[in-house]
Formats: sequence, structure tokens, C-alpha cells
Amino acid sequence: MVRGLTFLLLFQFSGEAVSRIFDLPIPGNVLGMGFLLLGLTTKLVDIKWFEEAADLLLSNMALFFVPAGVGVMVYGELIAAEWLPITVATVLSTFVVMAVTGKIAQKLESSAEDDGGEDA
Amino acid sequence: MLETPLFGITLTLVTYLLAQKLYRRVGKVWANPVLVSIVSIILLLQLFDLEYRDYARGGDVLVFLLGPSVVALAIPLYQRREEIWKRKKPIMVGVFAGSLASIISACGLAWAFGGSREVILSLAPKSVTTPIAISIVEKIGGIAPLTAALVVLTGCIGAVCGPEFCKRIGITSPVATGLAVGTSAHGIGTARMLEVDRLSGAVAGLAIGLNGLMTTFLLPLLIAIAGNW
Repeated sequence: MVRGLTFLLLFQFSGEAVSRIFDLPIPGNVLGMGFLLLGLTTKLVDIKWFEEAADLLLSNMALFFVPAGVGVMVYGELIAAEWLPITVATVLSTFVVMAVTGKIAQKLESSAEDDGGEDA
Repeated sequence: MLETPLFGITLTLVTYLLAQKLYRRVGKVWANPVLVSIVSIILLLQLFDLEYRDYARGGDVLVFLLGPSVVALAIPLYQRREEIWKRKKPIMVGVFAGSLASIISACGLAWAFGGSREVILSLAPKSVTTPIAISIVEKIGGIAPLTAALVVLTGCIGAVCGPEFCKRIGITSPVATGLAVGTSAHGIGTARMLEVDRLSGAVAGLAIGLNGLMTTFLLPLLIAIAGNW
């Protein structure tokens, strides 16, 4: 548990450092995810170290967003000033993106299976 | 009492536990525990005339845990790497289309409904995870705090309605569903997908990073095209 958390933070830290030093547009935690994936693939680190801590964090990830959501209250006035375009664009576009992404991915996925190429 | 993180953390945990209980009892989409907790806490703070800063002292501790959680998304990705690698083409094309659709639909709708230039630009990266969205919007000249708020709102909508919506319009594959919700609703959507299905959650986590990268490069390009129009 402690070992897993420590290594997760170390990967986040290295991602953060690389992102800042090279002034990259990718945030440190996303880079850290990439580094950890690389570390696991190259067997530099063992997945067993992480399983417990990762499971604890990922099972409760939704909870960690609650305070971020409460932060919206600070910008209430900003949203209220142009609420109509903001609401319409935010709500509709969220559904548009899900429909476009999901439909295209599913279509390509099933056509790849129809080709009979890969099934393992 | 308000000087330590104790208040914010306790309030969030108590509210979240009660919200989960409510969700289990009514089982309706709108009773999503994250959404109910956010609304309840905002109302409580306003009712007792409490400052957001006093809440945030504890809230920020919980938000901090998002960092290692995002790193931990590598674990389900690694566990399901073969299933995911086999579908690299649908994943890449799907996220690319979603990223493009997000920018065009958000900006187009805001423009059609009379949004100002700043608001239109602030909406452009709304489907991208917060840290990437903020750095994008600072570069293109939107209002960073507004973007931060819209990113969270988008995430909530996608997390609350995403899995149901996908099912209703015929998206049934776990990879396509995870990709759709992750591309549209970033981390908040991913958290929801992890509760539904681990493979969907892993793919949604991958979509956060891919969509962030694609939007970072696509948006300045689209703005240049729109500017020359």
C-alpha cells in the first residue's frame, strides 16, 4: 500500500518535472501515467507493487472531483452573465462528442472484426 | 475550526456517503452522488455564509489525490493492454473525431446563441482535462477560471448521463463507451466508467490523455482557419 502510493507519487513527480523543464503542454500527472506504463512494459517496476494503492484510488476517484465541482460556485457570476450560450453549448456539445466518438469507434471496431484479421 | 483541512474533508466525506446512500435508494441517473454532493455542499456553504476558501483548505487535500489517481490509470491500461492495442485504430480515430467535434460544436453553438468572443474561446477546450484545458485557454485568450468551471460542468453531465446515453443510441461495446465518455467528460467521466466496467474505465483514462494532446494541437489550427475566413 505505502510502496504503491510512494511509487505513484514518484512517477507523478517525474512527470511534473519533465513537463516543467521542457515546458510541455501535457500536465505532469498525464505524463506520469505514460511513464508508469513505460516502466511496466519495460519491467522496470512490478505491477504487484501498485495494485492495492491503484485500486483504492481508482475506486474512489469520483469522490476527489467533488471539491473541484464545488469550486464552480466562485465563478457563478461569470457563468450567469452569458448563461444561455454557455448552457446550450456545454450541454449539447457534451452529447455530440459522446455520440461522434462512440459511434465511430464502434463502427471501426466491428469492421475490424468482420475482416476476421485479429482474434486471439 | 475552519483553519485546518478537517472541516472541508469531513463535510465532503459525510455528504458523499449520504449521497451514495440516496443514489442506492432511488437508483435514478440524476441522483449521481458526485452531482448531488457538489450541489449540496454549495448550498450548505451559502446557507451558513461560509467562504469557499475555508472549505477549499480541506477540499484541496482530496483534489490533490486526483494526481496519483491519474498516474494509477496506467495500471488498468497495462492489465488490458492486449485488448486495447488490438483496437488502436478505432481508439485513435474515435478520439480525433471527438476532439474535432468538441471544438466545432461547442464554439459553433456558443456563437449561434450570441456568446462573446471570450466565452466562445473559453468553451473550446471544455472536454479536455482541467490542467491541459487551462494551459490551452491561456494561449488562445479565453477566461481561464470560466474554462475550469465549464470543464467540471461538462464532466458532470457526461458522468451522469454518459453510460445511459451511449446505451440508448446503440453504443454497446465497452471500448467505444469508455472512449466516448472519456473523450467527452475526461476524468469525471472516467471515474464513472471505472464504476461501470474496468476495461471501459481504462480506455476512458487513455482518452483523457489523447484528447488533451489532440485538442492542444488542433485548436490553434482551427482558430487560424476560422480567422482567415
